[in-house]
Amino acid sequence: MNQLDSAAIPALAPHYRLQWEPAQNAHVLLYPEGMIRLSPSAAEIMRRIDGSASVEQIVVALEAVYAGADLRADVVEFLTVAAARGWLRMRQRA
Amino acid sequence: MLSPPLWLLAELTYRCPLHCVYCSNPLDYHACDRELTTAEWIRVLREARAAGAVQLGLSGGEPLARGDLEIIVGEARALGFYSNLITSGVGLDQPRAAALRKAGLDHVQLSFQDSTRELNDFLSHSRTFDLKLAVARTLKAEGYPIVLNVVLHRHNLDHIEKILEMAQRLEVDFLELANVQFYGWALLNRAHLLPTADQLARAEQAVQRFRARHGEQMRIYFVVADYHERRPKRCMNGWGAVFMVITPDGLALPCHQARIIPHLQFPSVRDFSIPEIWNNSAAFNHFRGDAWVREPCRSCPEWQQDRGGCRCQAWLLTGDAAATDPVCELAPGHDRVVAALNATAGATRGPLRFRDDAASRQFIIEARRARHGR
Repeated sequence: MNQLDSAAIPALAPHYRLQWEPAQNAHVLLYPEGMIRLSPSAAEIMRRIDGSASVEQIVVALEAVYAGADLRADVVEFLTVAAARGWLRMRQRA
Repeated sequence: MLSPPLWLLAELTYRCPLHCVYCSNPLDYHACDRELTTAEWIRVLREARAAGAVQLGLSGGEPLARGDLEIIVGEARALGFYSNLITSGVGLDQPRAAALRKAGLDHVQLSFQDSTRELNDFLSHSRTFDLKLAVARTLKAEGYPIVLNVVLHRHNLDHIEKILEMAQRLEVDFLELANVQFYGWALLNRAHLLPTADQLARAEQAVQRFRARHGEQMRIYFVVADYHERRPKRCMNGWGAVFMVITPDGLALPCHQARIIPHLQFPSVRDFSIPEIWNNSAAFNHFRGDAWVREPCRSCPEWQQDRGGCRCQAWLLTGDAAATDPVCELAPGHDRVVAALNATAGATRGPLRFRDDAASRQFIIEARRARHGR
């Protein structure tokens, strides 16, 4: 499962937009012809993707907020699925 | 509780430089002479956004015919809409493409009528094929995601492989292969446009081969040819469930076609706010829930899947908007669809009717005569 390099840097794919939707009481991902309503935990991860933070840094940031939880496997799994669905692009640090 | 009108389609104008034989605008579009103003559109956008709308389609006619398109796009972006320009490409030169991008337009759906200049220009009665190719390249250079839309029918289904190649060559992100749906001008020209089952099967195989070879680099949406199906399509995910259309003259509709159903009074945004229309209008509530449903749908185990199909198609083919969509094999009116399919084998087709102002005026006159019993 753990194929994702923890040094890799995820960025939102072009044409996707993340925003808070008050009417849905949720974060959503918008793209041509569609919208994905994110679960609260998915939104917590997506909000920390800024095109400069690595997978490792995202895990550390989340574990700082949710002290004591081992979130690495969940974060890696979500990012892997999100990349496979085309929501994210992964690049290696130069 | 009602879900919000997530998807707002703003038909900014019925004016259009093309004359497509399957245009989905109403036959009497020429009777619309008072388009909403810029200020009225901005009010509509604000109210819809506050009510929870998030996807915005800017359509027509040709929306680029509106000189205030940049202002409308800018307001949409400021409000947080994800906006899509649905266009023939006519009027989309580089400066305008750049200005719209700057205003915040998110993506563009560009129509082609075919992969050949001859058929593209014939079906739209316009010389637009080369222009569309240039527009696709301009959009790419401006960084837009592009949805390429091709309406499929008897005359171009056999070109499907060339259409796929063209889309790939233009490096579009999405290709919408939309089998023609029979409303408006397309219904008028149905005998010319209905494909054969063989054509459809070959086209679907070609799409599958293409997908197997090239993967999902370019996403392909396939809108099914419902006359050839055994069950009807679901109406817009449910009447008044997620979708709202505003016509150029300000009527609010649950789908592109609904204004053809004569006994429903569709409210105007000039008289009511978007929440009033969505929540309280008789027209939007008419086919919500299941109080209106009759047999064979009422006791059908598949009712929840297709909700009896399309209300507009039921009206057009049976004269009863609450009937089961005649596409369904179980519908009492299914013989109408069978007859249409059989008729394509015959030779009597009548003239092909192009969408234009003169033809539309003729329909308006005929409809008036019919109403006055002459």
